[in-house]
Amino acid sequence: MTVTKAPIDRGRFSNKTVFIMAAIGSAVGLGNIWRFPYVAYEGGGGAFILPYLVALLVAGIPLLLLDYAVGHSQRGSAPLSFARISRKLEWIGWWQVAICVVIAVYYAAILAWAIQYTGFSFTQAWGDDPETFLFQEFLQAGDPGVTLQFVPAVLIPMVIMWIVTIAIMALGVQKGVGATSVIFIPILLIVFIALVVQALMLPGAMEGLQTLFQPDWAALANPAVWASAFGQIFFSLSVGFGIMITYASYVGRKVDMTGSGFVVGFANSGFELLCGIGVFSALGFLAQSSGLAVADVVADGIGLAFVAFPAIISQAPLGALLGVLFFVSLVLAGFTSLISILEVVISAVRDKLELGRVQATLIVTIPLALISILLFSTTSGVYVLDIADYFINRFGILLAALVAMVAIAWGVRKVPWFADHMSRYGSIRLGAWWRVLVMFVTPIALVIMLVQETITAITVPYEGYPAWMLGLFGWGVAAAAIVAGILLSLTRWKPSTPMEAPERDEEVVR
Amino acid sequence: MSGDAVAMMVLAMVVLWGGLGAAIVNIVRFKGREPQESMRDL
Repeated sequence: MTVTKAPIDRGRFSNKTVFIMAAIGSAVGLGNIWRFPYVAYEGGGGAFILPYLVALLVAGIPLLLLDYAVGHSQRGSAPLSFARISRKLEWIGWWQVAICVVIAVYYAAILAWAIQYTGFSFTQAWGDDPETFLFQEFLQAGDPGVTLQFVPAVLIPMVIMWIVTIAIMALGVQKGVGATSVIFIPILLIVFIALVVQALMLPGAMEGLQTLFQPDWAALANPAVWASAFGQIFFSLSVGFGIMITYASYVGRKVDMTGSGFVVGFANSGFELLCGIGVFSALGFLAQSSGLAVADVVADGIGLAFVAFPAIISQAPLGALLGVLFFVSLVLAGFTSLISILEVVISAVRDKLELGRVQATLIVTIPLALISILLFSTTSGVYVLDIADYFINRFGILLAALVAMVAIAWGVRKVPWFADHMSRYGSIRLGAWWRVLVMFVTPIALVIMLVQETITAITVPYEGYPAWMLGLFGWGVAAAAIVAGILLSLTRWKPSTPMEAPERDEEVVR
Repeated sequence: MSGDAVAMMVLAMVVLWGGLGAAIVNIVRFKGREPQESMRDL
């Protein structure tokens, strides 16, 4: 190995627990709270547990372990890890970095909304009509389009959010990313358990749980339900876009990565179940107090968090407390995910340019913060956010994961090698079962999901947005991420950058 | 809540939270071992 300058540590997690907490912090995000309950309800209620568990075990955890294997064996950011596997695959790593750039800029906006709504919980600023308040008063959204008319109520918390984020990222892998997760994840769990307890005591909570868990066995015969179970597991686990590769590269050689993967996978799904119980208990109360059926008040995403929950908060006893618990949970879950997304970009820039931590952090985060604020603190921010989120999840994350998996399994044929690597110090041996899953089952599941999503996106214009907006912020952004990946992979690595994984931890320099 | 719904809720709790408990017990009890043969990374 050639070292031509003083070694700079890439950073690493101090132990297995910090790594697991950081990985859980990344996996547990907004989707756990506002997507899973709705997907489970739509997918057959109690019967959904069957396809969900199958998806977790045959696709989610195997794919998570493949990401771990890439990062842990190659000891680099996503681009460096792929480049070390084969120079022809480096572009996949940069594609994943580009996807993280897109997600980071809009994710911060949602966190800014949640911060504001934490305060609104005390005053119930939304009055009797939370939907009108959200779009007309708070976001000041006009007709779909692009403006540079700033909304101070979004701008100010976004600026604060980015300043805090930049400070934490500059602290490094252990003191910044790791410490934040170690502190925030237990707090998130405590806060959300308090929310669930309060929601369970509301009148109508049992009707809500009845709606969520009543099994509809006929749904199991519907392929779309199985596809949505695989989709939920996939989107929720933070796999396939560089985060777990980056985090695994910061873990010591002899750490039990396979056992850690199962902990992270089940922790993420266990938290989703808790979210389902809390959210549907609260929706049961809303239905009862509104004189409606639970099915009539069910919502997901922004509608659940910023329309349905404010309505619940307005009517529930100790509503302000419920509101604070809910929106603080959103902020904590979202923030630990945001820092993991940014870490992918910072780590890649650091590896490529051989920069120090603070320097790389500032180079990455300041431009991202400016783009984020310019695009998403304006009156058109909510539309751009909605479109970018929909398309980058499907034609960014999903497609990149499929390409990476096929390239590793069938291009360079490294799956058996990765199985050996992971099994060497792992508590759970990755045998033929894992090779079959990552080489055949998971890619086929991803192809089915992708085909289904592509047909939907082409035949039904998403949410009725104008074609030019879908083209620019949807298809255009997803395509730009691929182009960026290819272009960035054409740039040269510094001669001092080892293009083979170091054999021992102490040789991890830069 | 109906019996079906309660049963499915309990099943989901046992599988997901029980799975998490089992996974945590596994990594806590695992002591790790040196490989029998030396393998070089790439």
